[in-house]
Amino acid sequence: MLRYALLRLLGAIPTLLLVIVLAFLMVHAAPGGPFDDARSPHPEVLAAIEATYHLDEPVVQQLGRYLGGLLRGDLGPSFRYPDYSVSELIGIGFPASLKLGVLAMSLAILVGVSAGTFAALRQGSMTDRVVMSFSMTGISIPVFVVAPVLVLLFAVKLHWLPAGWSGSAGVAKYIVPVVTLALPQIAYIARLTRASMIEVLSRDFIRTARAQGLGTRAIIRIHALKPAMLPVLSYMGPAIAAILTGSVVVEQVFGIPGLGASFVNGALNRDYTLVLGIVIFYAALIIALNLVVDLLYGVIDPQVRQR
Amino acid sequence: MSLLNVKDLSIQYGESTVVDKVSFVVRRGESIGLVGESGSGKTQTALGLLGLLPRDARLTGSIRFKGSEIANRSDRELDRIRGRRISMVFQDPMQALNPYLRIGEQLRQVLLQHGLASGVKADQKVVAMLKRVGLQDPERQFRAYPFQLSGGMRQRVMIASALIAEPDLLIADEPTTALDVTVQAQILDLLETLRHDTALLLITHDLGIVAGRCERLLVFEAGKLVETGATTAVFASPQHEHTKTLLALAPRIDRGDILPPVTDKTLLGVEGASVSYRDAHHAELVAVRDVNLSLRESETLAIVGESGSGKSSLVRALLGLIPLKAGRVVFAGRPLEGAVETRAKSLRRDLQLVFQDPAGALNPQMRVQSLVGESLLVHEPALSTPERVQRVTASLATVGLDESFLSRFPHQLSGGQAQRVAIARALILEPKILICDEAVAALDGSVREQVLKVLREVQVNTGMSIIFISHDLAVVRSISHRVAVMYLGRMVEVAETRRLFSAPRHPYTRALLDASPVPDPLVAPQSAPLFGEVPSLIRPPSGCVFHPRCSYSDARCKDKRPELRELDGGRVACHHASETLLKQA
Repeated sequence: MLRYALLRLLGAIPTLLLVIVLAFLMVHAAPGGPFDDARSPHPEVLAAIEATYHLDEPVVQQLGRYLGGLLRGDLGPSFRYPDYSVSELIGIGFPASLKLGVLAMSLAILVGVSAGTFAALRQGSMTDRVVMSFSMTGISIPVFVVAPVLVLLFAVKLHWLPAGWSGSAGVAKYIVPVVTLALPQIAYIARLTRASMIEVLSRDFIRTARAQGLGTRAIIRIHALKPAMLPVLSYMGPAIAAILTGSVVVEQVFGIPGLGASFVNGALNRDYTLVLGIVIFYAALIIALNLVVDLLYGVIDPQVRQR
Repeated sequence: MSLLNVKDLSIQYGESTVVDKVSFVVRRGESIGLVGESGSGKTQTALGLLGLLPRDARLTGSIRFKGSEIANRSDRELDRIRGRRISMVFQDPMQALNPYLRIGEQLRQVLLQHGLASGVKADQKVVAMLKRVGLQDPERQFRAYPFQLSGGMRQRVMIASALIAEPDLLIADEPTTALDVTVQAQILDLLETLRHDTALLLITHDLGIVAGRCERLLVFEAGKLVETGATTAVFASPQHEHTKTLLALAPRIDRGDILPPVTDKTLLGVEGASVSYRDAHHAELVAVRDVNLSLRESETLAIVGESGSGKSSLVRALLGLIPLKAGRVVFAGRPLEGAVETRAKSLRRDLQLVFQDPAGALNPQMRVQSLVGESLLVHEPALSTPERVQRVTASLATVGLDESFLSRFPHQLSGGQAQRVAIARALILEPKILICDEAVAALDGSVREQVLKVLREVQVNTGMSIIFISHDLAVVRSISHRVAVMYLGRMVEVAETRRLFSAPRHPYTRALLDASPVPDPLVAPQSAPLFGEVPSLIRPPSGCVFHPRCSYSDARCKDKRPELRELDGGRVACHHASETLLKQA
């Protein structure tokens, strides 16, 4: 198992390297430079700035310099906020995004798995159909539609929850953004859980458990939940990626000072090192979390653990 | 008072009735055999008793257990009875045990659920139970997962979980069908010794199993209970026609005609053949090691052995489906080598194969006409369509199927019909050798007889040779001229059928014969002739591969591998072959 984990970790290095190189080249290929502005500085000043940031060097050399910096954990300086390095900006934005993402993911798993199991146990019933049509809706409507509608309903009309982020305190401000972000994942996980739970419940070992007099609760908890979670687990990788991209929109809509918001601002301000840094940070995060998901397989399936 | 009183039990799915007004009683502590062919309603009845039928099933009638009605009760009520008062052992322990849960935990849950023990006490009870069912080192096995155990050990765990709550009634549904014959005997013995006062309802298609072990019999046919009575009485004078048929068709290893040997003109010779695989850890696993064998013209040669014996690997290598690691094969004077794709067309058509599961071997999207005629497109492309249809019709006729089958799809065929289509497909190329890999293992008595009859007739008419792979010695006895016995990749004995069955010289052959159940209550069932199970191919035993399970084994057997040598007109690989006959007498 340890060997397997190490091998996977090594295997992730080329993937990450590829992402870095591609992202670097794409940012460079984007039209316009970081200091192109309506109030263009004097050519000499511009040349001095470009020299400071090594922008006058050939691309390959810049890439080599950047990779060298990465090895030391240095994502370079921000072009727009010269007082901060990109790493510092990520450090400032990430906690809010992390909180949002973890809460949304937990909510999605908790509600999705419960709803899916509930529907599976009542297959074909009214409850089942309601849960499933709700899921279909959840999957179909994009985040940028759900977010304003929820704000309109709960903040503007009902005044139950705050509309924005800044100024409001406590847990209440998290509710709408987290729900918005979790909603499509809840829907997807519910459908996945339902399908795999139905499959698992038809297996022979469930019949054995029933013949042993184990009630429905015990059967789900002890026998069915673990194997039914395998497809859900393999969806975790894409789900994490979806939550990360979703957070870019949600943070923008609700004005949350997170990494997603920094990313959008960075793109608008042509703060290329910031954009590049966040892309690489997210890529590394997704690769790492996918690795964790793979290792979790071993926790659920003893035959995988043996490898 | 009877323990279980079933009255007018019927089970329906929509319009079709699978169990029809069945009534019977089970008394305390008695053992009852419930026999019938597949689809006769045996398993449905058992599931109905425990309320485990699928939701679309409709159950009517009365099931009284210890005086109270349990038919159509809620799961909540039934959960107090299931596993505690009535428990069940299922057919395939690989499927019936949870692969994601340690076996100790699976047993512990039964105790917890019924409030029989908890905490350390429950663990101790589970370990004690695992020890009683014969698991070595039960403290360690407590933490094992099902996939880490052999088939026989898994079924022992299954039995442990069914008996740990000391129920009043144990229902065992084909408990040994998925197991090797020497392990089957062990499991049946175990059920008998452990059940004490627990009544046993043993469901099986094999009359040999119930003959020596059950006091009474219930005979099912097409959902109806057609005969019931004391086992000895039912066997001695069956009343119902169906019972008579079942008894007449039950193959026996101790009587019936045996085919005499045929000419000794060799058609196919195998010399020093070895086949190996690599497992998931890239360890080499030698499935067939240094096998010599010859098949004569117009002969049926049976290859018998338990799982892991290498019988299927050997014929796959003959066919060129997997490579031979060493050795050579000579067919009609020419070497037979290379993968099947590289062989000459004429060689390919001379060797044809019939598999165990006809449903899996026939493409469900093709009609019988295309299924059977497909190979003609390759081997005889010059044929016109009407000529091809004519050949297909003729081939179907040899297996007893008429033209009406031409346009059918596989799902429109019964199991026996499908297997006959598979045989027709193999025969249409007029092969010199037909290889049947467990070709009748999945078939019921009457259908099995039909298929065997077809094979015998075709052989008489065309002079084709047959390699008949089977684990069922009774069937082998009735169809083969000679028998080869394999164990753990080695050939251990080859002899004419009569000699092999009347005077087996290898201790393993003897054990296989002793372990085969005889459908006759007057023939006392042999207690399990062998301990343990077939060892792993990854680390085969030293010297004679059979020595760890053999009662003759001594230092020589451990050190030196016995060569296959001539004896009594056959060949046997055993250091003690000259003594084995004496000890039996």
